[in-house]
Amino acid sequence: MPKSPPTQEEVARHKQANVMLSRVAGSLYWMSRYLERAENLARLVDVNLQIILDFGQVSDETMKEHWLPILRSTGDEDLFFQLYEVADSESVMEFVTFRQENPNSLLTCIGNARENARQVRDQISSEMWEVLNDAYHFIKNSDPENIWDGGASAFYDQIKYYSHLFQGITVSTFSRNEGFEFIQFGKYLERADKTTRLMDMKYHILLPKVTDVGGAVDAAQWQAVLRSASAVEPYRRFYVADILFAKVIEFLIFEDTFPRSLMFCLQQMDDFAHLIAGTPAGEYRSEGEHRFGKFLNNLNFTTTKDIIGRGLHEFLAEVQREIGALGEHLYTTFMYHPPVDMQAEIRFHQQQEQQQQ
Amino acid sequence: MLFDNYQPENFFDEMFTANGVTRPHYRSVAAALNDVEPNEFRNKQSAVEASFMRGGVTFTVYSDSQGTERIFPFDCVPRVIAAEEWEIVEKGLIQRITALNLFLHDIYHEQKIIKDRIIPPQYVLSAKHFRREFMHIEVPKDIYVHICGTDLIRDKDGRYLVLEDNLRCPSGASYMLENRAALKRTFPELFKASGVHSVSNYPAELLKVMQYCAPANFKANDAPNCVLLTPGVFNSAYFEHAFLARQMGIPIVEGRDLVVRDFKVYMRTTAGLVKVDVIYRRIDDDFLDPSVFRADSLLGVPGLVNAYRAGNVSLANSIGTGVADDKVVYYFVPHMIKYYLGEDPILPNVDTYLASEPKDCAHILANLDKLVVKSANEAGGYGMLMGPWASKAEIEEFRVMIEDNPRNFIAQDPISLSRHPTWTGDQFEGRHIDLRPYILYGEKIIVTPGGLTRVALKKGSLVVNSSQGGGSKDTWVLRNSVPE
Repeated sequence: MPKSPPTQEEVARHKQANVMLSRVAGSLYWMSRYLERAENLARLVDVNLQIILDFGQVSDETMKEHWLPILRSTGDEDLFFQLYEVADSESVMEFVTFRQENPNSLLTCIGNARENARQVRDQISSEMWEVLNDAYHFIKNSDPENIWDGGASAFYDQIKYYSHLFQGITVSTFSRNEGFEFIQFGKYLERADKTTRLMDMKYHILLPKVTDVGGAVDAAQWQAVLRSASAVEPYRRFYVADILFAKVIEFLIFEDTFPRSLMFCLQQMDDFAHLIAGTPAGEYRSEGEHRFGKFLNNLNFTTTKDIIGRGLHEFLAEVQREIGALGEHLYTTFMYHPPVDMQAEIRFHQQQEQQQQ
Repeated sequence: MLFDNYQPENFFDEMFTANGVTRPHYRSVAAALNDVEPNEFRNKQSAVEASFMRGGVTFTVYSDSQGTERIFPFDCVPRVIAAEEWEIVEKGLIQRITALNLFLHDIYHEQKIIKDRIIPPQYVLSAKHFRREFMHIEVPKDIYVHICGTDLIRDKDGRYLVLEDNLRCPSGASYMLENRAALKRTFPELFKASGVHSVSNYPAELLKVMQYCAPANFKANDAPNCVLLTPGVFNSAYFEHAFLARQMGIPIVEGRDLVVRDFKVYMRTTAGLVKVDVIYRRIDDDFLDPSVFRADSLLGVPGLVNAYRAGNVSLANSIGTGVADDKVVYYFVPHMIKYYLGEDPILPNVDTYLASEPKDCAHILANLDKLVVKSANEAGGYGMLMGPWASKAEIEEFRVMIEDNPRNFIAQDPISLSRHPTWTGDQFEGRHIDLRPYILYGEKIIVTPGGLTRVALKKGSLVVNSSQGGGSKDTWVLRNSVPE
């Protein structure tokens, strides 16, 4: 049967559905990034709290060594010591979880995710909004002492749970339109960045003695890194053997079936960047796309051995730069419009009005 | 039995007659509620509040520096309006908005109503929201007010009276819809026996109104791009703006998302500039276009008014409608109905005195302690003197203000607003209520069968505004009449 021509209403619907404000794209992107950031923070703190339990008696100094890498990985070490004297479990946990002054605290991240969602409430499903709102009220109504007494793990699990719930709801309630692409791109960009920082954290953790490399403490620390990426079980499925440094980084960098590995995240970023720009898969047109394509291609010919030879820390720094560059490129191209010069606009329209008369 | 100790006292009670008999149209609701245990009622009440908080069904309190979001308190007992009562209300509202639209067209064109001495010219020309700049501008389909929220009250005899018309950016329609959804979740059993009109068509009807009012030069077989213009997330009604945009499936935009070029409005999208044809604006005239109105406003869009004048974009509501919700102009609405339609008003005004009429003014100044005084252009319960409850100092303050600027004040006899059983936490007590139905003016005039019933939660208070501690109720219009 021939299809009848679309009614005026159908045309209107179609047109509306395909229009996305730049500001909206930006809000969806940041909403997604902030929530992913919060989830990763929750993972880090939780895993660190558990590692400490494995160590039995710890001195103030070793306690500090345990927590500093977390602060360094988010770049907030200076700010922390402006607010606190000692870095121990309680002070770091409070700083990372509740401090409003900390732009990377859980409270700030979830607050920002919710605030961005509020800007685009007409675009996201009610269920998505409700989860963010719930998460925000949950953390706002919690306080450090309660968490400390009531089991920190349950608290951080709940944050992760909100994030997972949000992603599941997004997948099952959000239309596969442009907005979805910005949400996914933001999520994988943030996750890729955090996976590099997670691995880099190990670089900052000092081992008691140089000879401990490959020893029990080293293995426990690498296991913690895996655990904070929910990767212990998948890792074991691949490498039944012990937790080995080279295998761990190979898994976390190259295992492209695992959804938190660097490769997986980079490929997703690449896919969604193509969808957003409307560039066919495999092609790289603008300068920004070109740069990322080249980087991905090089990475495909890099081995774990190359990375170790060159230095893991240096490699991770490069990855962070490239991720940042692609994010910046998409942001300036699609999400950001320079603010209008109000005074110039007002003059312009007043003149135009006079010419009309 | 929850209603056993309920006292209608000396008020018109919506649910019970003076001798305590349940009114027929409330019988099924009363019977169902009577079976509910106080504890159960309490639980349901807090479940609704939690779900509003969770859904972010909140408004923002400007004066409150602590957690600026609050839910609009919701009372689970619905307000029920009998079918035949609603028929009158509906007719009255249609009559009123028809006359108001004719008035607006007239006042921005020939001004016959002034020439024929029905309304003294100074009242219109001095109205704060009269927009001289819009004289002789044609608006699509000659419709000025597309969305109107008219506040109704019932007096001690149960008569419906018009308290005021909101012809600029009336808010609350989202609460009407959310209240219904909340009550359906909480007390589904209440609905079963009653036969209640649905209100859920409101957003669809609103979108139709917008599409109908596309610019006159718009190609007939093309579909207009509609948007909702909001001042932004910090506005107290932002929840409502986002809610309505979502329900209509149209973009919600801020001033910074729009730009005007060649007398056309565009929005800035990921695919470049896209033309906008119809704007449901939730920004007052003053802030709409800084190149014409307030230059210090960052909320609006420079050039929007030029585009509007050029007929390239439609606004709902049109610019300049505020002249008709000036409280002094309100006084003349019954005259307008007579003048334009040759009919008697179906819904009367509250008796009103104008401070700028010497005779009325003398009466007002002599009776300040007995009257309610309102300034002409304030809303939300601000700028009011409730004479019988006011302190000496407040009364004297208003006396000075009225003498200084009589044009800005009206006075009314205090009305004993009708009351409605309302949950106080452990029992039902009578609380004063009003009603804001929503009227949409497009191809037809549609009065949504329901509205927002606001309730003064404080005992004895007559002020129902959310900003002054009021709450709200779901409002039911029954489909069929109920036998006595």
